[in-house]
Amino acid sequence: MTSFFSIVLAAILGLLAVASAIGFILQRRATDPGSVATVHNLNARIRSWWIMVAVFGGALLLGDTAVVVLFAFLSFMALREFWTLTPSRRGDHLALFLSFFVVLPVQYVLLGTLWYGLFAIFIPVYAFLILPAVATLTGDVNEFLARTARVQWGLMLTVYSISHAPALLMLQTGTPPALLLIYLVIVVQLSDVFQYVWGKLLGKRRFSPNISPSKTLEGLFGGGASAILVGTLLYRLTPFSPLQAAAVSTVVVVAGFFGGFVLSAIKRDLNAKDWGYVIEGHGGVLDRLDSITFAAPLFFHIVRYWFTV
Amino acid sequence: MSALVRRLLVLFVRIMVGARSEWRGCTPDTRRRIYFANHNSHVDTVAVMAALPYQVRRLTHPVAARDYWGTSTFRRFIAEKGLRAVLIDRKPLPDSNPLEPLERLLEEGRSILIFPEGTRSATDEIAPFRSGIYRLACRFPDVELVPIHLDNLQRILPKGSMLIVPITCTARFGKPLRVEPGEGKDAFLARARAAVIELARGGPVE
Repeated sequence: MTSFFSIVLAAILGLLAVASAIGFILQRRATDPGSVATVHNLNARIRSWWIMVAVFGGALLLGDTAVVVLFAFLSFMALREFWTLTPSRRGDHLALFLSFFVVLPVQYVLLGTLWYGLFAIFIPVYAFLILPAVATLTGDVNEFLARTARVQWGLMLTVYSISHAPALLMLQTGTPPALLLIYLVIVVQLSDVFQYVWGKLLGKRRFSPNISPSKTLEGLFGGGASAILVGTLLYRLTPFSPLQAAAVSTVVVVAGFFGGFVLSAIKRDLNAKDWGYVIEGHGGVLDRLDSITFAAPLFFHIVRYWFTV
Repeated sequence: MSALVRRLLVLFVRIMVGARSEWRGCTPDTRRRIYFANHNSHVDTVAVMAALPYQVRRLTHPVAARDYWGTSTFRRFIAEKGLRAVLIDRKPLPDSNPLEPLERLLEEGRSILIFPEGTRSATDEIAPFRSGIYRLACRFPDVELVPIHLDNLQRILPKGSMLIVPITCTARFGKPLRVEPGEGKDAFLARARAAVIELARGGPVE
């Protein structure tokens, strides 16, 4: 990989080190219970970021197969979190079993073997037809339409969409494909981080208290603009010109925002605060990947349509 | 060998069903206790065992039905070696005491895990409790009885299916109870069952 990439890596580690230092100072200063809790959560988030960077970086160093396996595992965790909160009936049991142990692995095998034609339609066409067909065999018609929709949304969000992030490794653009994946992850995740930071520092006007009580207009615009700026500056990781990078980052940031928002709406519908518990400070895997679910397919298609050679 | 089997079982269950624990009404303790839980699936024994911290799990023996777990070498191996389970007869001979192996374990200072519904429930309803738990509670009045509610097991491995769906299961541990002086069998069984139902609804919140 390029020397520019080394600089990016150094910047990420530097940023984390600075964040840890700030967290340490805040911890010593916090006195009232409210700010102690906030700082505690902040430090848990920063610790988890170190681990996430190490895991993602480690997979990238090991090569494409490791990245595909990592994302398959993340999809598995996300699908599990989805079904832990979402109600299902006895009649869905076989469809759920097939979601976890047939559809998910097949989608990632198609990805690993670079079979794009089937990768693109396997879940939205075949899984969507076969799973309800299987569910009819149990004869349970109770809420059949709603149950079918839940089975399909679960796969769409947690398997199909997320698999479009590692699918970037398929694309020949003239730059190393792994850099495209890194670019996507950096822009999406920094957008979330910046929204959090801007929201905590300046946030006043709530954007939509019903869906996501902590999201503020200030956080949204400040965070989005900062992420687009970083996305533009990082154009050398990609085949984009600086202007194209600005445009693509804007699409990614907006899509990522709606991903987070839609998944929050589902959580509220299910009366849950977090999707899971495995990432300290963040909640579940799906709480961390919610933005990716919407941003990855869009980014993948933009690159595939306009930038592949 | 059996230590390895035990670790693999716990690891497998952690991966497949998460096996989280939530200590709502008490904290993990190595003192002898009688744990009792709702019974929905074959996974729930392992789910509770995996949710217990190692130090507690080491001293805890689940109770399994001999007419199911004793019927093949494989099942027997998983139950007795993998889970340190005690097999008991659900339909004992008239003059025998089926609780005898459990009493012996408690006398040795160990903890036990029982499923007082007696059989796996086919729905989310919790069936009325059988009387074994009352007899144990009277025999060991100083031992804490800890209610446990297991969620989602109905959806993980329902009765009649062999397919595990890896939804996360949480074991909620409630406030320990004991037989009150003069409390009758039916009153106690109803109270114990109510404690599990209360946990199913999320309480008690400490």
